[in-house]
Amino acid sequence: MIELNNISKSFGKTKVLDQLHLELLKGQSIALIGPNGSGKTTLIKSLLGLVVPSTGDIHINGINTKGTWLHRSNIGYMPQIGRYPDNITVMQLFEMIKEIRIGTYSKLDEELFHSFNIFKFENKTMRSLSGGMRQKVSACLAFMFNPEILILDEPTAGLDPISSEILKEKVKKELNKGKLVLITSHILSDLEELTDEIIYLNEGKIVFFKKVEELKAETESGNLSKAIARIMEMQNTAA
Amino acid sequence: MVNKQHEKNRRDYLANKVDIQSGYASALSLSIEETDTITMTKSNRNNLLLRLLKYVLLDILKNRMVLFYTLFLLATSFGLFSMSGDATKGIASLLNIVLLVSPLLSLIFSTIYFYNSYEFIELLSAQPIQRKTILYSQYWGLCISLIVALVIGLGIPLLIFAPSKAALSLLIVSCGLTMAFVSLALLAALLTRDKARGIGLSLLMWFYFTFIYDAMMLMIMFAYIDYPMETITLTMISLNPIDLARVIVLLQHDVSALMGYTGALLQELFSSGKGVLLASGVMLIWIFVPLKLAIRLFNKRDL
Repeated sequence: MIELNNISKSFGKTKVLDQLHLELLKGQSIALIGPNGSGKTTLIKSLLGLVVPSTGDIHINGINTKGTWLHRSNIGYMPQIGRYPDNITVMQLFEMIKEIRIGTYSKLDEELFHSFNIFKFENKTMRSLSGGMRQKVSACLAFMFNPEILILDEPTAGLDPISSEILKEKVKKELNKGKLVLITSHILSDLEELTDEIIYLNEGKIVFFKKVEELKAETESGNLSKAIARIMEMQNTAA
Repeated sequence: MVNKQHEKNRRDYLANKVDIQSGYASALSLSIEETDTITMTKSNRNNLLLRLLKYVLLDILKNRMVLFYTLFLLATSFGLFSMSGDATKGIASLLNIVLLVSPLLSLIFSTIYFYNSYEFIELLSAQPIQRKTILYSQYWGLCISLIVALVIGLGIPLLIFAPSKAALSLLIVSCGLTMAFVSLALLAALLTRDKARGIGLSLLMWFYFTFIYDAMMLMIMFAYIDYPMETITLTMISLNPIDLARVIVLLQHDVSALMGYTGALLQELFSSGKGVLLASGVMLIWIFVPLKLAIRLFNKRDL
């Protein structure tokens, strides 16, 4: 479904992504983890075409994404920090995005809109929303158009426990429909709940891409946090 | 070859999408109305630019700047015409003010507006929209609002006090200038990520076209005063949209007698259709070349 060939990206002199090869399939749920500045967000943004890779190409459903735009109608993207025009209200934002996407979706999925009670603050301007409320809006927009691919960048950061449960339930539901889900997070317990494969990124390179079970077995640890901690330790001693 | 393959992929993809959509529609046994909206919306994709434009225009209208600009133009034109009493003189002084103010305002306002709508642009870039469409919506939104300001603030007083060919040419030329300088402003805003630098760059452009260029031109003409300079002058005038605008409007009056040989040459050129065609051509280059460059930069931009 998603195929990355030899993707590199540099910002000035710093190399953020370094010759990545990656193939993600339908129905997979993948956690993208790595230390701060390892290139997670840049990788995600390259998939959307928000960042233009220096080399290599990305194929989504067999189509090279370079210079095209229709592939974005298949991707639901929840950014790490949702930045929206200040002066429009929540309702206007939804109306606008819906109007812009007319013709690129078949049915709307407004489940999150209701479970997050967005209508309670639908007349507030985006400027006046708190971080968590913004996250809710971002989440709604990501799921709203029934995309085949969901890319969630730190989805639960800033959400209260109840909302983050709602979001996780929604992700599980979509996974059962056979969608491809890619999540980055620093909250490993969330990831363990939602994903069954892990991509570990460090300094722009993929250190490993393994099933969670495999990882636990290899490191002989009972849960994901311990397994990851073990691996990071091993890396540090190796370096 | 690669392109053909690509095009084919795209077509397959689109055909596939249509299948999925009609599949959905039948599976859900949607009412006739709803299936209609799905088929209708496919043709609606073409109106994407217009839909975006609506939001950009609404956003610009909330900005007081365009309103102040309109009021300023109204006040200046009414003031000048009621003071001078003579329509020709009024147009001449108005020309000088408009040539100074409208490029400056178009540049600064557009640059600031572009930087301030960065969130909006970022949001749109993650949606299934071409980057080109996003930038065009910004460009036309800015152009339309500034041209409306010109038509109200300049057009109405001109119609009341001095309805003439010269007045019409002043209005058209200032609209052309606005379009060229909005395009330059977007180029400046895309050349640098830093807002302060971007605004500095557009100010520099204004200085260059308003003062530095003319000073250079005068120096060259003075240095070669003994040689025939008509063609060179004409070329140099064309290379500065503000000078070009000034000459077009001035030649609608019979002031070319004051401009010597060059003036006579210009008069000859612009009294025929050829000159007008040439001037419009040069103006179009000034409008579209910076815009194309800006689009090229925007396509490569990391958001």
